[in-house]
Amino acid sequence: MKAKIMDKNELQDFVDELTKDYKVFAPVKMNRIFRLKEISKGKEACLGYQNTRQPPKEIFFPQTEILFTYKMDKEGVELEDIPLPNEKRVLFGIRPCDARALVFLDRFFSSGDYKDISYLEKREKTTIIGLACNSPLSTCFCTSLGGSPFGKEGMDLLLEDINEKYLIEILSEQGAKLVEHIPWLKDAENADFERAKKISEEAESTIKLKIAVEGLRKKFDSMFDAPLWDQIYQKCIGCGVCTYLCPTCWCFDILDEGTPTCGRRVRIWDTCQFPLFTLEASGLNPRPSGKERMRQRVMHKFNYFPKDFGELVCVGCGRCVQACPVNLDIREIIKAIMNT
Amino acid sequence: MTNPYLPNIAVIKKIISENEVNDIKTFELVFEDPEIAKNFKYRPGQFAEVSFFGAGECPIGIASSPMDEGFLQFTIKKIGVVTTALHNCKEGDKIGIRGPYGNGWPIEAMEGRNIVIVGGGFAFTTLRSLAKYILHERNRERFKELTIIYGARDPGELLYKQDLEMWGKRSDLNTVLTIDKEVAGWKGKVGYVPTILKESAPSSKDAVAAICGPPVMIKFSIPVLTELGFPADKILLSLEMRMKCGIGKCGRCNIGSKFVCKDGPVFTQKELQEMPKEH
Repeated sequence: MKAKIMDKNELQDFVDELTKDYKVFAPVKMNRIFRLKEISKGKEACLGYQNTRQPPKEIFFPQTEILFTYKMDKEGVELEDIPLPNEKRVLFGIRPCDARALVFLDRFFSSGDYKDISYLEKREKTTIIGLACNSPLSTCFCTSLGGSPFGKEGMDLLLEDINEKYLIEILSEQGAKLVEHIPWLKDAENADFERAKKISEEAESTIKLKIAVEGLRKKFDSMFDAPLWDQIYQKCIGCGVCTYLCPTCWCFDILDEGTPTCGRRVRIWDTCQFPLFTLEASGLNPRPSGKERMRQRVMHKFNYFPKDFGELVCVGCGRCVQACPVNLDIREIIKAIMNT
Repeated sequence: MTNPYLPNIAVIKKIISENEVNDIKTFELVFEDPEIAKNFKYRPGQFAEVSFFGAGECPIGIASSPMDEGFLQFTIKKIGVVTTALHNCKEGDKIGIRGPYGNGWPIEAMEGRNIVIVGGGFAFTTLRSLAKYILHERNRERFKELTIIYGARDPGELLYKQDLEMWGKRSDLNTVLTIDKEVAGWKGKVGYVPTILKESAPSSKDAVAAICGPPVMIKFSIPVLTELGFPADKILLSLEMRMKCGIGKCGRCNIGSKFVCKDGPVFTQKELQEMPKEH
């Protein structure tokens, strides 16, 4: 395994080096929360967080995004495509659970006859530098779903905090190219790896909750009409925050903004938790109550998506558990289903 | 790779009012770019996203037949923001089209068989595309008997009156038209579609049924077809579901793991039996 090592006080220099050649997105402290933002200097990046409020999907699939613009006059209509990014980008400091989520989004947006070029182009131009989790939160459950605090999926480099130093694991060619830019990085030694291994094991052991998900998809096959749905949605107020903050949710709406002479077509995040999401022009709504809408969210993650793509589409980041205003806990739902 | 959300510009050549209250119109369109027009190959039962810039876009079934050369038709009911904007258009106005999307009616599986078309009200659009396709002189002999059972609330609500009149005169198909309640001067049947379907009792031998209509019509027509001996894999339904992107990305038209926009809108009754009851 190839890896580099740097002192913690060299982190700013490291990020500064990146900003020379790349457009860099990194966690930035905004009041009491951390958000991923474009930065121009290493000192703007802040790694003292447990996780960013918003998952990194917003870097590739922003909450609002222009699809094209239009101009109309007597002569006709003119449409202008949105230019795709041409600069190289770095997404710095995302957690392993969120990097894994991007792997699912990649598979989804590149699937089928129509590729989502806007997402894919941004993704392709981006090198991902992850940051391992030394102290997972009480809401974290990545280990139940195939991830881990030091997981490496979906990243080009992984930074591991080994007390006074960062071990930088090189996980792809793209990652290797990036570290070549920074000649002062030293090669890691065996002792560094050993320490990282120990810290990784400690981190993993702090996630006490381990839900058995073996056979979960199959279990759901017969759960569509289960009485359980009549109960679990009752306290949900349908705010949709679980889906907006979910690193693997991607539903969107498309609408026009403008006047009869000029404007733009945009897509904005939407959620299956809203009644209007599926309301048809005829007045019929196939998901008329919170029951059907919660069932859709849970079934999509653990049954529908896995049918097409082979994997459960939840990474256990715990954002939906933390943010829910009525303390609905997806882990409890999974456990309830497994016990039925 | 190109931006899949970017429409092509089309010119409205003709607007036909389809009903007495004038809230359903058929728009005949021609693409501005002849190259686009040439490459727009579709099958009956597919749909396209129709845009009015500034108002938005919505998915509409293609009402013309692929055999109609040089133009596309969409029959649109005025019901929301986009459809109202479209209804306010005049001939010569320019709108956006992207598509065609969806699977369409499975023509290959229907060839060599008797075809029974069952439609209700405003949902007759892609069934009309199918009927016109089958009735085209170059296609007619690839299909056996054609029966069309089509109903609406009253005679004024039946779409495509010219086609219906022409079909009534042809000897190579059986057209059964019905309205919900007796109206003076009406020569067709009176009664709901499922009742008239039962009464007409088209043979299920070597036959395929294609249905589209309001949910209540579908709900009561399926048992009739089953009773007539149509197996579940020979009953085809074109489904309605709220859509936005039309290409399986925006995530709203799924029934279980299937997306109505890309895996449908046409499903067999057998497929639907295996899917969650959420449509």
